[in-house]
Amino acid sequence: MATTAAPSSAPTIFRRPASNTGFWSWITTADHKKIGMMYGYTAFVFFILGGLEALLLRIQLAQPDSVFLSASEYNAMFTMHGTTMIFLFVMPVSAAFFNYLLPLMIGARDVAFPRMNAVSYWIFVFGGIFLYSSFIFGTTGPPEGGNLAEVASRLGSAPNGGWFGYAPNSGLRFSSGTVMDYWSVGLQILGLASLISAINFIVTVFNMRAKGMKLLRMPVFVWMTTVVAFLLLFSLPIIAVALFMITFDRNVGTLFFDPSMGGDPILWQHFFWLFGHPEVYILVLPAMGIVSEVLPTFSRKPLFGYPAVVFAGAAIGFMGFGVWAHHMFSSGVTPITQAAFGLSTMAIAIPTGIKIFNWIGTVWGGKVKLNTPMLFSLGFVGMFVIGGLSGVTHSIVPADWQQTDTYYIVAHFHYVLFGGAIFGLFSGLYYWFPKLTGRMFSEALGKWHFWVFFIGFNLTFGPMHWLGLNGMVRRTWVYAEETGLGPWNMVVTVGAFIIALGVLIFMINWTWSKRHGPIAPFDPWDARTLEWSLPSPTPAYNFAVNPVVTSLDDFWHKKYSEDADGRPVRRPEATALLTEYEEVGLNPPEPIHLPNPSYYPFMVGVGMPMVGYGLIYDNTAWGIPLLILGAVIIVGSFIGWGVEPLEEPHAEHHPDEPGNEHPGTDGEDS
Amino acid sequence: MTRRSWIGIAMASSLFTACASGGPMDSLDPKGPIATDIDGLFRLTLNIATVIFVLVTGALLYAAIRFRDRGDRTPEPKQVEGNARLEVIWTVIPVLILASIAVPTVDRIFKYTSCADDALHIEVIGHQWWFEYTYPDDGFSTANVLVMPTETEICLDMSSDDVIHNYWVPKLNGKRYLVPGQDTVLLLRADEPGEYWGQCAEFCGLSHAKMRARVIAMTPDDYVAWLTEQQRPASVPVEGTIEQQGMDLFLGGQCVSCHNISGVTADNPALTAGAIYGPDLTHFSSRDVFAGAVLNHGDPNAIEDWIDNPPVVKPGSFMPNIDLTQQEIEALAAYLRSLD
Repeated sequence: MATTAAPSSAPTIFRRPASNTGFWSWITTADHKKIGMMYGYTAFVFFILGGLEALLLRIQLAQPDSVFLSASEYNAMFTMHGTTMIFLFVMPVSAAFFNYLLPLMIGARDVAFPRMNAVSYWIFVFGGIFLYSSFIFGTTGPPEGGNLAEVASRLGSAPNGGWFGYAPNSGLRFSSGTVMDYWSVGLQILGLASLISAINFIVTVFNMRAKGMKLLRMPVFVWMTTVVAFLLLFSLPIIAVALFMITFDRNVGTLFFDPSMGGDPILWQHFFWLFGHPEVYILVLPAMGIVSEVLPTFSRKPLFGYPAVVFAGAAIGFMGFGVWAHHMFSSGVTPITQAAFGLSTMAIAIPTGIKIFNWIGTVWGGKVKLNTPMLFSLGFVGMFVIGGLSGVTHSIVPADWQQTDTYYIVAHFHYVLFGGAIFGLFSGLYYWFPKLTGRMFSEALGKWHFWVFFIGFNLTFGPMHWLGLNGMVRRTWVYAEETGLGPWNMVVTVGAFIIALGVLIFMINWTWSKRHGPIAPFDPWDARTLEWSLPSPTPAYNFAVNPVVTSLDDFWHKKYSEDADGRPVRRPEATALLTEYEEVGLNPPEPIHLPNPSYYPFMVGVGMPMVGYGLIYDNTAWGIPLLILGAVIIVGSFIGWGVEPLEEPHAEHHPDEPGNEHPGTDGEDS
Repeated sequence: MTRRSWIGIAMASSLFTACASGGPMDSLDPKGPIATDIDGLFRLTLNIATVIFVLVTGALLYAAIRFRDRGDRTPEPKQVEGNARLEVIWTVIPVLILASIAVPTVDRIFKYTSCADDALHIEVIGHQWWFEYTYPDDGFSTANVLVMPTETEICLDMSSDDVIHNYWVPKLNGKRYLVPGQDTVLLLRADEPGEYWGQCAEFCGLSHAKMRARVIAMTPDDYVAWLTEQQRPASVPVEGTIEQQGMDLFLGGQCVSCHNISGVTADNPALTAGAIYGPDLTHFSSRDVFAGAVLNHGDPNAIEDWIDNPPVVKPGSFMPNIDLTQQEIEALAAYLRSLD
C-alpha cells in the first residue's frame, strides 16, 4: 500500500505538498505537534504585543495628569491589551498545549480531524492579523456631534470600546469610523477558530483514547481540556450571535442595542457575560490542568483526590454558566437577580476551594523538588488563592457596588488570569520543554524568571487593590493629583517593567536552551503520564506502538511498585523497560499512516480576512466583490480538501528513509 | 489559634486597608450610613479572607518547605491518593463560611435597591461627559455639582442621554448605572455637611476619565436657602460693562443653541426636545467646578482656557472650538463669572 499509490487523478488546484521540512511543511502541516508549536509561537508574539500595550498604559498612568498618550490612544491600548491577552494569547497558548499534548496524553497519534486542526490555527492567525490591521487601516473619531482637537494617531486607530465593547458606546453613533468593526468582525473570526478546535478536541477525547484509558484514567490536564472544549462549544455561539447583532447594528442598520429606537443596551451585557464568564474558566482551567500534572510529578505523589479535582473542574464548568450577572451588579438589575447571582458566585468558590485544598494535599508529605515548573505551579496556587478570595468579596453584592469598575477588579482578574492562568502556562512551558525540544532549559535562568516574575507581578497588581478601593476608576487615561493615587501608580508601573524583564529572561532561556541546552532524557522528571514514555522530541507518529493503559498514571506504575508502607519502589525491570521504550519509540516496527499535509486549511484562513474586509467596506466598490472572493476561497478550499487523495507515498513514516525524520529535530527553526 | 496569630491577622487586614486609604474617593472612609454599612460588610469579609489566605498559603508554603527533597534524607513519600473525610471537611467548612456572609449580603441588597417613601428625589441624567441634576419639585436644573441636604435620604432617579454611565460617590454609596432608555435609582445619604468626590465609573467614550462628579452636602437649613437662590433668575449685567458684552456674545453666538440661562435666554425648545445640550448656566459661578467637574473656579484662567478650545480639555467634547478672539473670550468669561 505504501509504495503503490499512483499520483492522484483527483482534481487538485495545487501541486500536492510534498516536503516534510522547511517553510512549506509548516504551512501545509496537519501534525498536531507542529500546529501546537505554531499556536504557541504565534500566541507568544501576541503576548509581546499585548505586553507592550500594557507598558504604554503603565507609562501613561505612572504620574497624575500625564500627557504621554492621548485619550484615543489610551482607549485603543487598553482595549487591544485586553482583547489581545484573552483572545490572542491565553486562549491560543492553551490551544497550543491542547494540540501538542492531548493526543500524547491519551495515547493517540493525532487529533480526530488533523486538517480541521490546521484550519483552526490558520483562522486564528489570520483573525489576529485582521484585528491588528486596524492599526493600519482603521479609522476612529469622536461621537456624532463631538469634536476633537487633533486627528487620532495610528496608535489610536485600533478598537477602543473596551474588550467587552459595551453598547451603545460601541454602536455607530458613538464609535464612528471602522475600528469597532475590526473588533466585532475580528472576534467573530477568532471565535470560529476556537469553536472548530473545541469540536475537534471533544471528538478526540471521546474516540481516540488508548486501549484501557477509561475516562477516570485520563490525566487531569485532559479532563480540564475536555471541560474547556465544552465551555467553548456552548459559550462561543452566544458571543457569535451577539457579535453578529452588533455588526448588523453598525453595518446593516438593525437596532438591537440602540436605545433611541427601542433597543436594549443591557441585553448586550447579558449576551457578552453569558459568554464572558465561562470564558474566564476557559482561560484558567487549562492552567489548573497543567498544575494538576506538575504538582504530583515534582512531589513524587499521585494527585490528591483525583476524582474530587476532576469533578470540581466539571462543576466549575457547569456553574460558570450561572454567574454571569455578577459582572452587572451595578447595572440596575433587580434585587432578586442580584441576590441570586451573588449566591451562585459564592457557590463557585466551593469547587475552586476543593481544587486548591487537594493541590496542597498533593504537595503535603511529598518529596518536593523545587524546580522551575514546580515554582510556577506553587506560585499559581498562591496567587490564585488571592484572586479567588478577592472574587468572593465581589460576591458580597453591596461591596461589589463599591468595587466594580475600579482597579480593585483589575487587580482581581489579573490575580486570576496572570497569577493564575499565565503562571500555570509558564509552568507547563518549562515542564514540557524537554518533550518539545529534546533539550533541557537552564534551571538557573528559569528560577530567575520565576522570582522576577513573582516580584514584578505582585508589585504590579497588589497595589491595584488599594488603588481601586481608594477610588481609582478603570479605563481612565488620566487621574487628578488631588486623588492621591500617584505614588502607588508609580509602584505599579515599576512592577510592570519588572514583569517585562521576567519575560525577557524567559525568551533568552528558551532560545538559548532550544539550541544549546543539554540533551534531555525522555523522562527527565520521572513523571507519571504517557507522553513521557515517548522519545524527546516527540516523533512525528507519536507512538511507535499503540499503548495499552491499565491504570491512572499508567506510566508511573510501570516504573514503580509500592512497598508495604505505600512508598514507591522502583521495579527491577523499569530500566530495561525504558530502554525498550526508547528503542521502539524511534524505530516503529511497521509503517505508520500519518495525516496528509494540505494547502487548503491555510487557504481557508486566507479567505477569512477577505470576508471581514468585505463586510467592513461593503459601501465601497471593491467591498462586496472582495467578500465574495473570500467566501469562494473558503468554500472552494473546503471542497478542494474534500477531494484530496487519502493515501500518498510520503504520508507514511519510513524510519529508514533519509530526509524523513520526525519534525522536531530540524523543523522548528523554519 | 493563639491570640498572637489573631492579632497578626488583624494587623495584616488593617495594613491592607491602610494602604488603600486617604484620597477624596476613598471607599474605605464612608461618610454616610449606607456606605458605612457596606464598608462593615466588606471589612468582615476581608477579615475572613485574610484568615483563609494566611491558613491556605501558610499550609502551601509549609508543605513545600517542610517536605522539600533533601536527597537521601527525604524518604520516598507514601502514595496517598486522597481522603474522603478531608474532602467532606473542606467542602462543608467553606459552605458554612459563605452561608454566614450570604445572609447579610442578601439583606443589604434588598435594603439598598429601593427608595423610602419620604426620600427626596433628584433626577440625574448622564451626558458625554457631565452629569445633569434636575430638582423636579423646584423646577430647575444644574450640572456637575449635586447639592443635597444631610440627614435626609436622597433618591437619585437616573437615566442617560447617550451611552451607559455609572454614578459613583464612594464615600456615600456604591455605584449605579445610568442607562439610556431605562430608569435606575441610587440612594445617597450623608451624615455631615461636606464636599464629596465622585466619578463616572463605566467606560463611556473618549473623555470617560474627565466625567467627574462633586456632591455638596449641606444642613437642611442651608439647603433650603440654596434652593431659593437657585430658583432666582440669572443676574443681569449692568449696561456698558464687559459682562454685558459677554452676554451679548452669548446670546448672539452659538452658546445659546446649547445652554440655558434662566431669565436671559428665551425658552429654547431644542433644550427640551432631546437634542444634544450643555449644562444650564443660570448659576454657573455658584458651582465650584465645571466642565465635567474637572475644572475649578479657583484656577484663575480655567474658564478662558475652557471656552478657547474645549476639545483640548475634553477630547471629543460636544462643545466646539468656535475660534473666539482673545477679547471675546475675556468678555464671555467675565459674563460667566457674574452668573452667581
